[in-house]
Amino acid sequence: MVSIQGVCGGSRYTRVARGKIFTLDLRRAGPTGYDRAVHPTLVRITHWTNALGFFALVISGVAILLAHPRLYWGETGAIGMPALVELPLPFVFGHSGWGRSLHFLSGWVCVFSGIAYIVAALLTRHFQKGFRSYSRTRQIAYLGVVFLLFPAVLWTGLAMSPTVTSALPALVTSVAGQQTARTLHFAVAAALLAFAGGHVILVWAQSRAAR
Amino acid sequence: MGAITRRALIRSGLAAAAGVSGLAGAARLAERYRLIPPDYRTLYGIGQTLTYASHRIVTPTASLAREFTRRDISPVAPVNGPAPESDAYLELLEDDFGKWRLAIEGLVARPSSFSLAELKRLPLRSQITMHTCEEGWSFIAEWTGVLLSDVLTMTGVDARARYVVFIPYDQWWDSLELQEALHPQTLLAWGMNGEDLSLDHGAPLRLRVPKQMGYKSIKFLSRIRVVDTLEDVGQGLGSASAEAGYAWYAGI
Repeated sequence: MVSIQGVCGGSRYTRVARGKIFTLDLRRAGPTGYDRAVHPTLVRITHWTNALGFFALVISGVAILLAHPRLYWGETGAIGMPALVELPLPFVFGHSGWGRSLHFLSGWVCVFSGIAYIVAALLTRHFQKGFRSYSRTRQIAYLGVVFLLFPAVLWTGLAMSPTVTSALPALVTSVAGQQTARTLHFAVAAALLAFAGGHVILVWAQSRAAR
Repeated sequence: MGAITRRALIRSGLAAAAGVSGLAGAARLAERYRLIPPDYRTLYGIGQTLTYASHRIVTPTASLAREFTRRDISPVAPVNGPAPESDAYLELLEDDFGKWRLAIEGLVARPSSFSLAELKRLPLRSQITMHTCEEGWSFIAEWTGVLLSDVLTMTGVDARARYVVFIPYDQWWDSLELQEALHPQTLLAWGMNGEDLSLDHGAPLRLRVPKQMGYKSIKFLSRIRVVDTLEDVGQGLGSASAEAGYAWYAGI
């Protein structure tokens, strides 16, 4: 349990963890200092709902992918047509029902918690206070995820919908076809998964270093 | 935990009350504007409902699925699942569907049935559209047939009608909301790529719903029933696919 006492907008924070008192000075604190001490409750909650939603998206995404682990370029693709990539995975049938249903449900969880996260972060001035304390590499990674990978995964997901593209065909024609959208959706998801893995490892390593 | 103040408690109490009454209001509006799919009460029903409602709000009912040219027609056209092996279907197959008739029943002014020859005398429609399997593969083909809306115009549709149920010779019965059934691309197809439908593509007649995933395009049609509620059809979830864990609405 970590409790936080501090003056909102100030740069000195005291936290009590495992019975010890730590004082943080944001101007000197490394990335961990900010993370551990002053993430507002709402930002923490939405971050973890997002994490849960993302985890469910990955699991269900794999369940869907295994029904047809071949990726194509262009509008169409099927057995008997050339694949761009034949993933070294088995064809596993019978799991795309719950896979698809869970994928869309957890997608919606991420949409709502993502909106709540942004609102909470803006209200608590989370971006202004926290972002500057991160290293340049970390800033680029976070910006890339928020402004590049998230929009791209949403875009390529919607580009696979025949109803959405009936109203907005440019969504799919701009990425050279529905199967291309599926392939890019997979590639962006893989990049997001790589980020999530790196994120977990870094935060873990830094929290160890901070002890 | 000494940081919780009375002001924070009051504020979060008010927020929770606003949230609950907001949800109740949203549910009433969703019911009035028919934004709730029949499988809303399944395990993943909240997700299915959000997807269905958002598609209905954001995309116009009349928007057309993308169409392609003959050059785009795929060299292959895979299928999932074989033709039915029931006695009723095999008997029809014996004389090349000469005795087959499509029954239109339920909330229609004139319950009717059509032979294949009679359907073929109705205005001919063709579409070159994409058929996407929920597994991930897809192909483009040209389908030929008659608009479901032309057939329903002939039989007349009762003002109470809300859904159209499709009953095939296999187990994969399904349904469409009336507006989607009357959509100008919702086709009763007997032909594909210039030939009569093959057995595994759904002979003698299949539905084509290009704005949704392939599994909504029911094959081996036998009867079409117009209804005001889906609650007493099967388990009340709107389709055999929904009973098997897939979404009733598959515009994705």
